[in-house]
Amino acid sequence: MNKLLTTGVALSLTLGLLAGCSSPAPSGSSSALSGVVETNGSTSMESVMGILAEVFMDENPDVTVNYSGTGSGTGVESAMTETADLGLASRSLKESEKVEGAIENICALDGVALIVNPANPVSDLTMEQINAISKGEITNWSEVGGADLVISFNGREAGSGTRGAYEEIVDVTDQCAYQNEFSATGDVVGAVSQNPNAIGYVSLSSVTDDVKSLMVNGVVCSEETISSGDYPIQRPFVIITKEGKDLSPATQAFLDFAMSPEAAEYIVEAGAVAP
Amino acid sequence: MQWIFMGCGFIAIAFVLIITIYLVMAGIPAILEIGLIDFLFGTEWDSTHQTDPKYGILPFILTSIYGTAGAILIGVPIGLFSAIYLSKVANRRVANIIRPGIDLLAGIPSVVYGLVGMLALVPAIQKWLGLSSGFTLLASIIVLAIMILPSIISVSETALNAVPREYEEASLALGATDLETYFRISAPAAKSGIAAAVVLGIGRAIGEAMAILMVAGNVANMPSILSSVRYLTTAIASEMSYAAHGSLQRDALFSIGLVLFLFIMCINIFLNQFLKRNKEDSA
Repeated sequence: MNKLLTTGVALSLTLGLLAGCSSPAPSGSSSALSGVVETNGSTSMESVMGILAEVFMDENPDVTVNYSGTGSGTGVESAMTETADLGLASRSLKESEKVEGAIENICALDGVALIVNPANPVSDLTMEQINAISKGEITNWSEVGGADLVISFNGREAGSGTRGAYEEIVDVTDQCAYQNEFSATGDVVGAVSQNPNAIGYVSLSSVTDDVKSLMVNGVVCSEETISSGDYPIQRPFVIITKEGKDLSPATQAFLDFAMSPEAAEYIVEAGAVAP
Repeated sequence: MQWIFMGCGFIAIAFVLIITIYLVMAGIPAILEIGLIDFLFGTEWDSTHQTDPKYGILPFILTSIYGTAGAILIGVPIGLFSAIYLSKVANRRVANIIRPGIDLLAGIPSVVYGLVGMLALVPAIQKWLGLSSGFTLLASIIVLAIMILPSIISVSETALNAVPREYEEASLALGATDLETYFRISAPAAKSGIAAAVVLGIGRAIGEAMAILMVAGNVANMPSILSSVRYLTTAIASEMSYAAHGSLQRDALFSIGLVLFLFIMCINIFLNQFLKRNKEDSA
């Protein structure tokens, strides 16, 4: 269901893109490329990869870029075992992975926004408060300047890239006291928008008008603050290659394209932030 | 020509066999690695813990049992009374309006039940009971109870319709009231059919995933009526898409599938027994 939904979203996004820019500027030199580029990994990168692949395939009609959304862990693994040309991860690579020869290419940044119900008077939390709320040490909104309501902490299911990024950055890995775990970003937004007790985390691109995005340490969650590095809860979208492995010309061209300034506008269109 | 039909007939059996064999083969390794007792009776599930993962599925098993029992407790009385009403009390014109409505209820996709439950029922439960979140076992029980109504109503109505008219006439002739006749004569005469309806409802409830994924909250707590819970089905559904190939987590999810499969097989065997007895009764 989750996969279907994200595929649908990616498809509609890419279709919208096609309708929007009927003639993307062809980058002359790469026109002779052909082949298949297999990418595999983070489900959070679906919309970014969808748009980049679509634009790239438009410019290089003989190249097919495939994407499988399996999760960041699998993304790293598939790059290392060479089952995919490019691995995808929505987190920084671990030291152990880098030692094994994984190379990190940061193509975009994504902010994890903390959202609360619009009726909640709280608008700013420190990282320490967020940490304590996640662990269940702070259980009432009155302890952080809000109304006398029990806090309902909502998150994503185990294995989700957003959850992994959030828990790692807030330093609450495996210690979170979730009241609810949802298997889709939209469900978190939906639950928070209906519940004045709730707090949840979602990608910046998923924040809607139905919920209020909190400031963290006084910094608003926005594209500017993420790209400048001021907003603390952010994660990179990483394309992984393996050290010493020769990439096919098509794969190399796609990687170059994804890392180029030209790709930035498409990355923004996909709801992420260009680095 | 005959071979084509025979082939088609065997395809269905082949699928059942393939699925069974696959599930057993995929489900056994994790059980062996975790240990049957630890797996079935462990009270903690934390499959993605980086240093000390836990694979106890007792919370899921109990949740599935409680949730199904709760749904039956609410759904069976309502369903049975509706069936008696449709079969015995309602005049034909009213029944002909209600019956398509019930069929419609059966045709609503489970994701829609989940969506409505999430948007209407969950906030209502939170408000009424003053909870910090309405995603609870209670919410999932109510959704399941509504979902199993159509099967309970239609199967028990069919059973009630099959009760020979003479039984009821004899009862009425002896001076029993209408109500006494329905509950003392019609319902007992149709009891194996009604039992089949209940078992069918159990089967539907225990196998449901999508709707309760959206209202149960999905935290692997030991179940209590107002806490966020995870069923056997939703445990698989919520983690499968992220579990890495070859990991113990993924294998354990298959093992949960195997446990669920065994549960449903048992229910089906029961169902077949009831149906067989029902046939013999009416024959």
